[in-house]
Amino acid sequence: MAPAFLAIDEVAKSFAGVSAVDGVTLAIERGEIFALLGPSGCGKSTLLRMIAGFEAPDAGRIVLDGEDLGPLPPYRRPVNMMFQSYALFPHMTVAGNIAFGLKQEGLPAPAIGRRVAEMLRLVRLEGLAERRPHQLSGGQRQRVALARALAKRPKLVLLDEPLAALDRKLREETQFELLAIHRRLGTTFVIVTHDQDEAMTLAHRLAVMDRGRVVQVGPPREVYEHPATRFVATFIGTANLLDGRVTDAAGGVMRVESAAAAAELSVLHDGAVPPGAAVSVAVRPEKLRLGNGMENTLTGEVEELAFRGDATLCRVRLSSGVPVTLSLPNRERTGAFLPRPGERTRLGFAAADAVLLTS
Amino acid sequence: MTSARRLGPFNLAALAAGFALLYLPILALAVYSFNDGRMVAVWSGWSLRWYRSLIDNRLMLDSARVTLAAGAVSATLALVAGTAAALVLARAGRFLGRSAFAGLVYVPLVMPEVIIGISLLLLFVQLDLDRGFPTLVVAHASFSAAFVTVVVHSRLVTVDRSIEEAALDLGSPPAKTFFLVTVPMIAPAMAAAWLLAFTLSLDDLVIASFATGPGATTLPMRVYSQVRLGVTPEINAISTLFIAAVAGVVALASLVNKGLLFGRK
Repeated sequence: MAPAFLAIDEVAKSFAGVSAVDGVTLAIERGEIFALLGPSGCGKSTLLRMIAGFEAPDAGRIVLDGEDLGPLPPYRRPVNMMFQSYALFPHMTVAGNIAFGLKQEGLPAPAIGRRVAEMLRLVRLEGLAERRPHQLSGGQRQRVALARALAKRPKLVLLDEPLAALDRKLREETQFELLAIHRRLGTTFVIVTHDQDEAMTLAHRLAVMDRGRVVQVGPPREVYEHPATRFVATFIGTANLLDGRVTDAAGGVMRVESAAAAAELSVLHDGAVPPGAAVSVAVRPEKLRLGNGMENTLTGEVEELAFRGDATLCRVRLSSGVPVTLSLPNRERTGAFLPRPGERTRLGFAAADAVLLTS
Repeated sequence: MTSARRLGPFNLAALAAGFALLYLPILALAVYSFNDGRMVAVWSGWSLRWYRSLIDNRLMLDSARVTLAAGAVSATLALVAGTAAALVLARAGRFLGRSAFAGLVYVPLVMPEVIIGISLLLLFVQLDLDRGFPTLVVAHASFSAAFVTVVVHSRLVTVDRSIEEAALDLGSPPAKTFFLVTVPMIAPAMAAAWLLAFTLSLDDLVIASFATGPGATTLPMRVYSQVRLGVTPEINAISTLFIAAVAGVVALASLVNKGLLFGRK
């Protein structure tokens, strides 16, 4: 296999004896948008700071396009970063901020002027070149920070929580804008975020991190539909976890005796799991349906309904006492199809729509 | 500011008493500097004669020159040393002996001036240095550096570290980043710190008496030695000028640090 564009190899870092990043290995391809996703304190920011050169790994190597970044200080790396706080230079204009990196490169003034103009067009801030950062809105500052990080045409752009400081509406617009800019430039992006929506909409692939380790790597859909562990299943989206023991495995279908579901469940599963093993059956809220006639049928009592516009979340307490959440798409305007709180109901899911988790 | 609340009679009286205690002596001193008579405490009409006689007083003028020069040079040295110390305290993170270093930097703030003066005198004698303008400057720089550190450090800790990291990230080496990014952001504090160090040097009598030699007598020293021979209204005149200068510099420093001059942001 050809070496990856950005190869992170067994990288570890601890602060005062506390491990922040614990043996992370990742291969990121050229032109990819790759997201490091995890709860705060999972080590994703430390990893990003090691790629940028602000922290030195205790062990392992980071190789970008065949070049070991280890001995290079941050100001010699072909890597630029967009900071979470944007970190714009308050005493410089928008144009001055974007030109800063180009000046360090020693580019002649006319070339700098052209590149700055090009960047301002790219992020649609043409009229604001002479403004100071404090005269800009949050969204405009975010775009200046992006333009500044892109101006030197780095091999790799690091984005630390790029949308975290924006309000919801602006966030959605900016997501698409960021994707369009990436498509135009083709630069490799590594994004750090704790927000699963941000990671899933932006990234081609993402790595889910927990306590300094990478738990799972894959395209958003694969990670969402095939979570490897209970942590991934509950961190990315929501999942109903029904604990039980494997009783029988035949022809790719696992039979799981689940006290939580008060039923024997069947789940499609490829790997081999020995009978008697403790497992969880994970079912996403939108995979659960009301009614009869599915491969797995449960019974319970409707407790709460929460209207969310596109869907209604429905909380059902199973006869075992375990609560589960269903997401019911609002396909009709009347809502007449919805159950009422206190109503007894049957619900179920297909064997192919659940995931068997062993860890 | 809570300007909406009205000042009650009690508060007003307290304020007046406080101000009177602080400034009545100074006011008297200033008023009597315009006294025509020779007697310090007897009013005999307005006049500028003591200011005129000041202009002809070579010794006083020489001392004023020494004081201003020592203030400017020592403030500049203190700015460099104090900013370096502030940078270490704010940016170097944890290192062995950090608390000891911080403690040592701030010692001159609480140390009695006499002690500083004697220790500097002993040092200069030990090093076999002739005392004069250079030793005066070194002495003033060494104690006012602590004040510079306090002012610059308090500003430096409010500067977002990632702004400096952004400069590094964009290809600017650390020293260049300091001058291109950090200094402009802490410039108001540095200006205020320089002005503070300048006033401290201007005001100082005790340390200067130990640290300087015959060739470089500062204004406070000159005034003090003349007062021992009897107070003339000329002393009032020079003191009034002095107070005006110091007040002016302090006001300037406060304006600069508040960002009202050389607009911050």
